[in-house]
Amino acid sequence: MKHILAVLVEDKPGVLTRVAGLFSRRGFNIENIAVGETNNPGISRMTITVEGSETIIEQVIKQLHKLVNVIKVSNLSEEPSVMRELMLIKITAESGSRSDIQQIVETFRGKVIDVSPESMIIEVTGNEEKMEAIKLLFIDFGIKEIVRTGKVALLRGTRITSES
Amino acid sequence: MKKKMMKGSAMILSALKEEGVNVVFGYPGGAVLPLYDHLFDSNLKHLLVRHEQAAVHAADGYARVTGQPGVVFATSGPGATNLVTGIANAYMDSVPLVLITGQVPRAFIGTDAFQEADITGITMPITKHNYLVKDADQLPSILSEAFYLASTGRRGPVLIDVPKDIFDQEGHFIYNRKCEIPGYKPTYDGHVGQISRAVKAIKNAQRPVIFGGGGLIRAGASEVLSKLVEKARIPVILSLMGLGAYPGDIDLYLGMPGMHGSITANYALSEADLIIAAGVRFDDRVTGKLESFANNAKIIHIDIDPAEIGKNVKIDIPIVGDVRVVLEALFQKLQPGHTVEWLRQIENWKINNPMPGVLKSSGGTVKPQFVIRELSRLSKEETVVATDVGQHQMWAAQHFIIRKPCTFLTSGGLGTMGYGFPAAIGARLAAPESNVVCITGDGSFQMNIQELATAVNNRLDIIIAVINNGYLGMVRQWQDMFYNKRYSHTVLEGNPDFVRLAEAYGAKGLRAKNEEETTAVIKQALSEKGPVVIDFVVEPEENVYPMVAPNCPINDIIVGSDQL
Repeated sequence: MKHILAVLVEDKPGVLTRVAGLFSRRGFNIENIAVGETNNPGISRMTITVEGSETIIEQVIKQLHKLVNVIKVSNLSEEPSVMRELMLIKITAESGSRSDIQQIVETFRGKVIDVSPESMIIEVTGNEEKMEAIKLLFIDFGIKEIVRTGKVALLRGTRITSES
Repeated sequence: MKKKMMKGSAMILSALKEEGVNVVFGYPGGAVLPLYDHLFDSNLKHLLVRHEQAAVHAADGYARVTGQPGVVFATSGPGATNLVTGIANAYMDSVPLVLITGQVPRAFIGTDAFQEADITGITMPITKHNYLVKDADQLPSILSEAFYLASTGRRGPVLIDVPKDIFDQEGHFIYNRKCEIPGYKPTYDGHVGQISRAVKAIKNAQRPVIFGGGGLIRAGASEVLSKLVEKARIPVILSLMGLGAYPGDIDLYLGMPGMHGSITANYALSEADLIIAAGVRFDDRVTGKLESFANNAKIIHIDIDPAEIGKNVKIDIPIVGDVRVVLEALFQKLQPGHTVEWLRQIENWKINNPMPGVLKSSGGTVKPQFVIRELSRLSKEETVVATDVGQHQMWAAQHFIIRKPCTFLTSGGLGTMGYGFPAAIGARLAAPESNVVCITGDGSFQMNIQELATAVNNRLDIIIAVINNGYLGMVRQWQDMFYNKRYSHTVLEGNPDFVRLAEAYGAKGLRAKNEEETTAVIKQALSEKGPVVIDFVVEPEENVYPMVAPNCPINDIIVGSDQL
């Protein structure tokens, strides 16, 4: 099963290396990882998607906790949470196909963010299924390039994943 | 709290003073010149080794005996990379160390400068934590964090990499031994509810056994363990790392479990209905085939590191906490169960399954086990034993009677050949009142034999007992048992004459080839001053038994070569 971990870390040099190194050393698989600042200065948040059995995930969480720069680890898959990912996708788009593309983009509530004589860049936000669905639709037009941010997630409701 | 301006080098020496450090093990070089220049005027004792690896092992031996962090200085590049094996060794066995390495000046970092190596990158997976200092002002807090991290929670090595120019940079020195690290809050007290469950399980158990490890020693839990054992009449099994946590000559002690453990210990673990595991990590050398390990038992697991609980073996009652604190709490509430019948069963096992093999030679030669037994018999009670790795290590664990914690130093997790002799050097400085005996092999000794110079130069009273069988014995044993006796590169041809080699270094060299000589040279060595190398020429193809073959159930025991 896939698990989404929210990992609060001290914003110090090498902290990403420590986390990534831990995963490779212990044979855990990172499916994706997104890192960014939080509302607290000096604290970054990593959102890590990892696949594994309950026992593996328990070890991942415990081992992450042992890293001195890791402040808190929460498994967001165990609780109601919202998850999003952003994808930019560059497709072949000549004048004849633009309106078809536009229609798909609107259906998926995406955005066209760049247009050139032969291509367009589309921005889509959503969950995994949505990304896969829109990719599938664009294959026939010709996908030139894709970039994804990795998933980020928050608990639903008023509760937060805080340092304490 | 004092605050003043100081150079980086001075800050380091001041911090060591604040931390009560008495001795540093090290080796100078280009990038640590400014630090060694300051050291020249300091009254801090520095032990100069002959190879950086020996500095870490010596600091490790010192730390295992005293319980205080061992401190190491080394230079950048090769100086730092030579530490790596020793750091990995300390990490696996949870030994507190603070290692200070020089680095190329800040402006040169990342340029592949002379003697540059990314030692923080290299040691990330084998240190509890490490630091690259970017400014002298960071040094005081980094140093106090390093000592705090190394010596609390699950102990371990911490490395501080200091660029050369920072040793000379002035900064504010404010030293505060109390530090707050947001991501580091070890749990010391066990969960009350879990402790109650454990108490109940102990009361209801018919066949309980305590399985203790190195955690008992690091936590100083020996005393409370003895009280608890006496009150509850529960037999004790100790892992290699735990030897000495409970006296090895008391009836309730069953020996070491696992691959070369005692038959009784392995039977007891297999038949127990309750295992109280304290400060252990269920290493594969202990459990054998995991699926058949302790199938009849409920397991209580007490450990300071939550990640150890449930890592290898399924646990029924996990208790995260300091082993001493938790055992104390258990002792207070303990209601002894009925173990009389179980103890009778164990006594029967003990009588019917002594350590196998004839330990006396049939004539003219000497068995390695006999040597260890004589060393054990003739040494005074206050003796620290340091071993290397291989057959002699297992014989030492089986036949040397270890009575006290912090007196058996061995590379348990990493299995580092070359550990024993430098560890004995560290132990010598840590325990001036004790005898120090290094039990080594002809293979292992040669991995750090250059330290004879260190031992002679510092007039260190150490007995180095070389169990010389002319083989890389343990590997040869596996080739004997599992590879049709094809002794591929395990014959150590070209070994030096250890007696003359010792003499060349200025140490005493002795040799024994039979039982009478063995007893005589041990007595002589115990009366000598300075390092004494004893070359025990033992029966070359003796194997270590009992043995559980890898990935077999631990009650499936080979007791001798006729069983193969």
